[in-house]
Amino acid sequence: MKISYREAMRQAMHEALAGDPRVFLMGEDVGKYGGTYAVSKGFIEEFGPERIRDTPLSELGFVGAGIGAALGGMRPIVEVMTVNFSLLALDQIVNTAAVLRHMSGGQFSVPLVVRMATGAGRQLAAQHSHSLENWYAHIPGIRVLAPATIGDARGMLAPALADPDPVIIFEHAQLYNLEGELADDWQCDIAHAAVRREGSQVSVFAYGGCLPKAMQAAAELADAGIDAEVVDLRVLRPLDTETIAASVRKTHRAVVVDEGWKSGSLAAEVVARIVEDCFYDLDAPPVRVCSAEVPIPYARHMEEAALPQPAKIVAAVKELLNA
Amino acid sequence: MLEFKLPSIGSDMDEGKLLEWKIKPGDRVKKGQVVAIVDTSKAAVDVEIWFDGMVHELLIEPGETIPVGTVLATLLAPGEKAGAPPAGRRKVSPAARKHAEALGIDVDSLVGRGPGGAVTLADVDAAAAQRSPAKPAAVSDRQAEMRKAIAAAMSRSKREIPHYYLSEAIAMERAQAWLSEANAGRPITGRLLMAALQLKAVALALKKYPEMNGFFRDGAFQPVAAAHIGVAISMRQGGLIAPAIHDVGEKSLDEVMRDLADLVKRARAGSLKSSEMSDPTITVTNLGEQGVEAVYGVIYPPQVALVGFGRIAPRPWVDAVGGLCVAPVLTASLAADHRVSDGHRGALFLAELRDWLQQPEKL
Repeated sequence: MKISYREAMRQAMHEALAGDPRVFLMGEDVGKYGGTYAVSKGFIEEFGPERIRDTPLSELGFVGAGIGAALGGMRPIVEVMTVNFSLLALDQIVNTAAVLRHMSGGQFSVPLVVRMATGAGRQLAAQHSHSLENWYAHIPGIRVLAPATIGDARGMLAPALADPDPVIIFEHAQLYNLEGELADDWQCDIAHAAVRREGSQVSVFAYGGCLPKAMQAAAELADAGIDAEVVDLRVLRPLDTETIAASVRKTHRAVVVDEGWKSGSLAAEVVARIVEDCFYDLDAPPVRVCSAEVPIPYARHMEEAALPQPAKIVAAVKELLNA
Repeated sequence: MLEFKLPSIGSDMDEGKLLEWKIKPGDRVKKGQVVAIVDTSKAAVDVEIWFDGMVHELLIEPGETIPVGTVLATLLAPGEKAGAPPAGRRKVSPAARKHAEALGIDVDSLVGRGPGGAVTLADVDAAAAQRSPAKPAAVSDRQAEMRKAIAAAMSRSKREIPHYYLSEAIAMERAQAWLSEANAGRPITGRLLMAALQLKAVALALKKYPEMNGFFRDGAFQPVAAAHIGVAISMRQGGLIAPAIHDVGEKSLDEVMRDLADLVKRARAGSLKSSEMSDPTITVTNLGEQGVEAVYGVIYPPQVALVGFGRIAPRPWVDAVGGLCVAPVLTASLAADHRVSDGHRGALFLAELRDWLQQPEKL
């Protein structure tokens, strides 16, 4: 069945709300407005304001409330509108949710799911175009997911809710309108990276909003006679080093695509692991395709120029192959 | 930085196999020095370099087959300093280094074709492929290759060149008498052959008729001042090759003779120089030894003429005063390119050649 990424996410939440009375949704505009990205449309009518809770504009406050609910035995889904606003909740996420199990000597766990939109590409200018997945992927104690396909949008929430520790789900804002077939076997784990396209000459690693760009680049490369493998990282913390390394051992070349800025990026972490684990399998230096190190511009042409694009990925691969 | 590219050794050559380097990085080379041996479809040829310099890097490994025009080596021009000092370590990808070690290949001996000249897995694999059962170029292969090369060149010639043919019977009494006399005082090894006189006569005749000497390229005739005469030499195992004796017109008969003997010996031993192979401006073929009366040859493109000599045989002849006699007679023929010259000029050329052979003392 062909559905949108938004619909897949909606189905996942609907299933969770319908199937487990401990699950509730909380966040800015998730109720009456139906969600800023319309993912929870109709939920408040179906599940009522007790389980679909509109919150004040205080990320620090409502993420903290979510942590408290989780500690109290609930399975909250907290929607922080976008990663840009999650900076206000960093203290709760990093200093509380991520460390309570440790600080309590294992007495408490925080089975919290935080969802947030991320990414640029919609002319929302520098304050609303961040891609800060790597900030969260830096923190021990939380699991970070980046569903980039219809299947992952449908399948990742259930195991995230089942996880006894905090899970952050990054939904790239440009993916919501993505349409595709939802396979019957959409159930998935939240531990492994996935090879989205098999190839032999170069491994292209991507996640979230960059995955469709990587797939497009691979298709263009195939037309040019270059056989690229595309690996969807999916799980940004903990990174699935095994799958990453297996791909590089096969192709001997790596291009890592990341909408984050290059300095201190998640791509940097992936490259570091490749070099640590696969140094003697590398036939060329690993390459990163990241966003330009500037505040993301508002003007469309400048924004496009600042972000990773299929053409940049194609060019990077060709340079790597001397093609 | 100078680039030394694989020259075309003969117009029918589009690739060659590097057999051996005669130089190594750091060597100073002089223009004309033999720097490599390259196997063409016809023969193993000593390739000469055409400029002075110091060898910087050898880019191609012996055993590799490369197209004409491939850069074989880089050299520093006299006075030039190596640009960027070699930045410490050579670029060798970790995978290539490991793979080479497993195969027992010395990565320093490899040419890098990866980004920035890095040695990559592909380079190691290529070297391994070269090394493993290098099929020895069997004699039959060589013959088949030569046959193919001759077929290609001659087909092209007959396809592209509108040949016209002329012949002239030439009395050789004077030339033979002069030769006997000249050889009488010489040791056997220093004796002249009639072929030397013929070559010299052709070269001198060309001075007056330059449209027989040069190349037809890109739709136009390019005359060459010097007569580099290609001498058709039959190979013992079959096939033929026509390397040049340079500047025949400027050489004495003794020099021409010495060059001819040397050329035949080296052609059969397989050590011709690239310049000898690449720049004949006209070809002379002599099938007299085989007993034919005359030979009408096929021009070797991009040359524009070929002179053929048959055997010298006693024939009835009318002498200068109208008396019938028996004289040694040679049939000389000309095959020429009608795009460049006309029969009238060709006839004058043959007449000029005949006249030169009547005055051997001037050759």
